[in-house]
Amino acid sequence: MYLWLIPIFPLIGFLLNGLFGRRMSKPMINLFAIGSVALSFAWVVKTLLGLGSLDTKYVEHYFTWIQSGALEIGVDFAVDRLTAVMLMVVTGVGLLIHIYSIGYMSHEGGYYRFFSYLNLFMFFMLVLVLAQNFLLLFVGWEGVGLCSYLLIGFYFLERYATTAGNKAFIVNRIGDFGFSLAVFLIVKNFNTLDFTKVFDAAKGMPTEQGYGTLTIICLLLLVGAAGKSAQIPLYVWLPDAMAGPTPVSALIHAATMVTAGVYMTARSATLFMHAPIAMDWVAVIGLATAFLAATIGLVQNDIKKVFAYSTVSQLGYMFLGAGVGAFSAGVFHLMTHAFFKALLFLGAGSVIHALSGEQDLRQMGGLRKYTPITFVTLMCAGIAIAGIPPFAGFFSKDEILAAAYVRSPWMYWIGVVTAAMTAFYVFRALFMTFFGEYRGHQHPHESPYVMTLPLAVLALLSAGGGFINIPKWLDPIFPEKVEPANEMLMYISVAAGVVGIVLAYIMYVARPGLADSMAKSAGGLYNLLYNKYFVDEVYDAAVVEPLVKGSRTVLWKGVDTGLIDAIVNGVGARSRGIGRIFRLLQSGNIRSYAAWVVLGSIVLLLAIGFVGGPR
Amino acid sequence: MTLLDVVIFLPLAAFLMILFFPKGSVEGIRRFSLIASTAIFIFSLGLIGPYWFNTPGRWTFVTDLPWISSPAIRYHVALDGISLWLVILSTLLTPICVLVSWRHIDKRVKEFFAFLLLLEFGLVGVFCALDFFLFYVFWEVALVPMYFLIGVWGHDRRIYSAVKFFLYTMAGSVLMLCAIIYLYTQAGNTFDYVRIVAGLQNGSIPLDSGPQLMLFLAFFVAFAIKVPLFPLHTWLPDAHVEAPTAGSVMLASVMLKMGTYGLLRFCVPMFPEAARRCSGWIITLAIIGIIYGALVAMVQPNMKKLVAYSSVSHLGFVVLGIFTFTQQGFDGAVYQMLNHGVSTGALFILVGFLYERNHSLEIASYGGVATPAPNLSIVFMITMLASIGLPMLNNFIGEYLVLQGAALVYFKWSVFAAIGVILSACYMLWLYQRVFFGRASDEVSRHMPDLNMREYAIIVPLIVLMVWMGTFTQSFIPPISASNAVLLGPIDAGRQVRNSTPPKGLRAQQNRAQQNKAGAKELSDAR
Repeated sequence: MYLWLIPIFPLIGFLLNGLFGRRMSKPMINLFAIGSVALSFAWVVKTLLGLGSLDTKYVEHYFTWIQSGALEIGVDFAVDRLTAVMLMVVTGVGLLIHIYSIGYMSHEGGYYRFFSYLNLFMFFMLVLVLAQNFLLLFVGWEGVGLCSYLLIGFYFLERYATTAGNKAFIVNRIGDFGFSLAVFLIVKNFNTLDFTKVFDAAKGMPTEQGYGTLTIICLLLLVGAAGKSAQIPLYVWLPDAMAGPTPVSALIHAATMVTAGVYMTARSATLFMHAPIAMDWVAVIGLATAFLAATIGLVQNDIKKVFAYSTVSQLGYMFLGAGVGAFSAGVFHLMTHAFFKALLFLGAGSVIHALSGEQDLRQMGGLRKYTPITFVTLMCAGIAIAGIPPFAGFFSKDEILAAAYVRSPWMYWIGVVTAAMTAFYVFRALFMTFFGEYRGHQHPHESPYVMTLPLAVLALLSAGGGFINIPKWLDPIFPEKVEPANEMLMYISVAAGVVGIVLAYIMYVARPGLADSMAKSAGGLYNLLYNKYFVDEVYDAAVVEPLVKGSRTVLWKGVDTGLIDAIVNGVGARSRGIGRIFRLLQSGNIRSYAAWVVLGSIVLLLAIGFVGGPR
Repeated sequence: MTLLDVVIFLPLAAFLMILFFPKGSVEGIRRFSLIASTAIFIFSLGLIGPYWFNTPGRWTFVTDLPWISSPAIRYHVALDGISLWLVILSTLLTPICVLVSWRHIDKRVKEFFAFLLLLEFGLVGVFCALDFFLFYVFWEVALVPMYFLIGVWGHDRRIYSAVKFFLYTMAGSVLMLCAIIYLYTQAGNTFDYVRIVAGLQNGSIPLDSGPQLMLFLAFFVAFAIKVPLFPLHTWLPDAHVEAPTAGSVMLASVMLKMGTYGLLRFCVPMFPEAARRCSGWIITLAIIGIIYGALVAMVQPNMKKLVAYSSVSHLGFVVLGIFTFTQQGFDGAVYQMLNHGVSTGALFILVGFLYERNHSLEIASYGGVATPAPNLSIVFMITMLASIGLPMLNNFIGEYLVLQGAALVYFKWSVFAAIGVILSACYMLWLYQRVFFGRASDEVSRHMPDLNMREYAIIVPLIVLMVWMGTFTQSFIPPISASNAVLLGPIDAGRQVRNSTPPKGLRAQQNRAQQNKAGAKELSDAR
């Protein structure tokens, strides 16, 4: 089926735009950038139609990548039902965001650079989802991280942007550290990295009760996932990543790349099922992240920051789903989230575009008059993320919460509270943007069709995407215990969403000013949330500072210069005489150099002759 | 006379020919050096021939002639899968260094290029000499030109650095010489590597564990200084900072590999028992070096020092790989030698480009270079990414195999060593941010020209190699693997004597042990 064509189209787009884009006109750049992704999307559709119901995995082997001893790692692509979902999401949403970017980036410098990075990202993301072994997945995994770094630092003249890029890369590296250790352990225990072989072998293993090998592997994979998917304690890079252009936030930092951790966890479901302790860790970390990020999101004033914490929080839900064994629900939420969160970001981008770069919610307001399409589509996204039926978010979130209730009710209740907060902060942002009076000083205008059209498509998907029955489609891969749907739970979670929206309406539309007075009365808590629990500051003081200062004073000035070199120089001082002789050698006359070489060799020969020869 | 002999002696011939050029014909000397070194590189590509379709584990291009009858010194050179790529690495980097020095070197041009070619002669010789005395001669031949490259064409503190470099290396060399002479007498008056290894393996050369340990340590210290292994590394940053660009490139890319090559070729197969006894200590030092080098690199204000300390870190991976005594560790170590040669060489070259423009190595005097010189920034970015081990670029493969090999033996080793991978991202990204991002502040940065044709010709081949070596590793690894299996033979034999149950890990290890026996047999047959 030529699966390799799927990622290769964007790679070609990247090369063309990257190498020649500087001298090409914008329509040409658009043609290569959007055309390559469109071709990729078309090839995905054709492939999936050709493969039909995908009851078994379809694998293609291309060439051996690494071979050492009996360790053989191939460049193999595969498609199964999970990959199919991911392929559709990545190329579909990716295509929409590429189209949107034509409009959004039209006034920006580095147009070709932006699209070549975006194409490169598509290439690596597709490699990631198509990979048939852990190391090839890691290629995509690191590759998307690279593109994320490049795009966060897209405005490289600004220090905050490049610093945010570095932070993203380095924090991800910490996650990748865990992932690579997991890879080493998998090879050590399974002698292979091939998904099919590893998972088949794992199926025959007993379920571990303590911290056995599989559990360690899964926990290390979780470290990797926590880095890429911004979970506690490695989530700190994602909010900063909003320094990149908004389409990037939508594509990479909401819809696709950050879900790679969820995908990888679902992919390794067989391993996780045999390691219940690791599952618990996944669930707890997911839940804690969902809750904490939501609390921070409540009080942020930058529209993109609100949505960024929302992304962290929603990713937490996905991990919660995976952790309680509802992998298909997690992947379902991954898909619906890709729709509505991409829409939220693109809509935010449209607003920012309308306001010539303004991102502060306090400088917005009343925009529904000026940007009606953006307003309507963003409302769809808001309702979807709040979990109001029949919009997409309702179905997937409900599945996760129901599964969490079966696992343990307290998880469900925290999830419900988080859902209420989610509805509140999203609608807070939307109300502050679109309702009331305009508070800024720009001249708001609706975005061009090339931007609003993707918004409309995503709005349709956010509204109706929940009816795509992903859990049923994934059933053969993740066999789940069928629980009787508890309708009461469903009503409660919907009610939580409604309560959140109503609260936001009261505080920001009906009685503006109430929010400020509440913030004042809860000063300490408000400050704590507003400053994101001071996590960045703590990390800086506890890790970065000691490492840098220690390296400088103790290791470099201390050990290297103070200790080792001092000893060497002590020896050297005695042999300064030798140094003086060497200086004489440096006559600059090549014949004398050559003579010295020859002379030295002769001396050596003689020495050897005296010592060992005559015998 | 084999092709290998041609490749070994052409640099010497070119060196001698340069001596006959009149001092004034600077342009002629440059052109001649470029043509000669390129021709040597093309010849050396012919060495791949026997490895194209199959992967012989035994020697190819053997020449074994008597040189001096008493003591019995032979001109014995040959190639295996490890030497092959190291020779080609040397011959590739020499023309690149000629181009790098094209304008940069303007005093004593004749001597400079002569030394560069003499250096190539020594380096190529070191990697294929199979007679200990011959090896030692080449080892010293390589040392001398490097001493002068640093001492004559270096920066302000060049004398200090050159002497430090020389003393460090000489100290090791003397130890090695003693060990060689001792071996010579023990082995019944032969310097021949193949014969000595075979003799040590089948017991016809008696060697108790005490002398074995001493010999091992003597060789080990000589090689460890060259690598350089922590804590013997302090000559390296000084030598790099002071050396001209070409000197830094040859030093980092090829000369450091003399040390790791020596460990792999001599220390481990000849003294397997001692190597195994010391491996815990050595690996500890290697891991300290990995982390220590990275941490110190992180706080360097000088670009060249930063890259130099990063070399300490990267070479730690190589030593780690060797002393895991696994196929993956060995393969990764050799591959990492080549990778480091390409990517760190490229880093030094790029730092040299910056220096030629702004005449400063201090990071603080840069900033915003990406605006005036976008293409320079792109190639620097790719090189940086290769250096920090991004998949599909070369270093990733080497680091992965080394760490995988380490994990197969002791998982903890890989945990500690992998920290170095995190830190490498820190120091390189911070460097990149400070040099290339931001607004171009001062006049110099604003008038920084982008790459010219000569610079493209230098850097593009290396970039292509980085991608190629990271993606299509099978063009390079099979000969390395086959030769490593042979080298692993004695140490595996030792392990099987010690404990009858094979260690947990790849089932492959067992299959490989059998391959090794076959390989060892081939090795003795080759005699």
